[in-house]
Amino acid sequence: MMRSSKYILIGLLFGMTLYKAEAVSWFRIYEMFHFQSFHMYGIIFSSIAMGILIVQWIKRTHMKTMDGEEIRISDKDRHAPRYIIGGTIFGLGWALAGVCPGPMFIVLGSGYTVLVLFLLSAITGTFIYGLLRKYLPH
Amino acid sequence: MAPQFILDIIAFISQPWPWWVAGPMIALIMFLLLKLGKEFGISNNFRIMCAAEGAGDYADFFKFDWQSQGWNLLVALGAVFGGYMASHYFAGAEGNIAHVSAATVESLRQLGLNYQEGQVPLIPEFYSWEALFTLPGFMVVIVGGFLVGFGARYAGGCTSGHAISGMSALQLGSLYAVIGFFAGGLFMTYVLFPLIF
Repeated sequence: MMRSSKYILIGLLFGMTLYKAEAVSWFRIYEMFHFQSFHMYGIIFSSIAMGILIVQWIKRTHMKTMDGEEIRISDKDRHAPRYIIGGTIFGLGWALAGVCPGPMFIVLGSGYTVLVLFLLSAITGTFIYGLLRKYLPH
Repeated sequence: MAPQFILDIIAFISQPWPWWVAGPMIALIMFLLLKLGKEFGISNNFRIMCAAEGAGDYADFFKFDWQSQGWNLLVALGAVFGGYMASHYFAGAEGNIAHVSAATVESLRQLGLNYQEGQVPLIPEFYSWEALFTLPGFMVVIVGGFLVGFGARYAGGCTSGHAISGMSALQLGSLYAVIGFFAGGLFMTYVLFPLIF
């Protein structure tokens, strides 16, 4: 129970943050893709900048997890096609829907129950990808 | 009635959060998950949900120990609660408003979405069951969801997994993915939106 509640609290903090920073808003994503405000870029760049410092700190100090194991940050493979093609398809969906997977859960929680269909549609998309995976360039 | 200092705290949290609070907070969330031995990536939940519903019978991609990934579903559940809390208890005096720029309000008008400056809602009205039967509503919810689910798994991650976790770890693959996110996003916004809205 204690273990579960930690993850729920982290998710709650994530949800509050993206909601109050308006990053869950279709209009903010629209604005971002029109380069009409620094807001979304500020969120993304400052979190990456801080994230780089955190990862370097973890690596240099060989930081341990709470359970005492060394923190592992997995390397992603370097074959570009899957990232470019998959990323572009994702980007089409992100701009259209105005939500990426995290904000989808957050907006759903704020009371827009129709996003249950978005979730089902995203699960279907993932399932179809799993079926087609061996035929797609990676 | 709650004591004054609690009301003050609620009012403080209820202000719109600037980017320089949100960005570091997201990095902190990634750090907390790393400390717990986990890697931040929300879209993996779609794969977990597929596996949990027995998709492993159809593709090896879904044959993995999804129960060990249950923590990620809890993060998503927490995000649902976070959305509820923020929108119901921390909406602030103005309500749930997106403080977009004047230029954005103007370009929304060209798309046929008429709003007054300072009154753009946080969530658009086409996120509704009724709007599903209109072209924008159907495209946004159903087609958007499909593209996000398909594309995230194809690319091996979404905004949290690539743009935040992957870029923080200086992964070249994540940079390619983010370039893809923007290529797709710009094409949708500039080329396809005039056809949809």
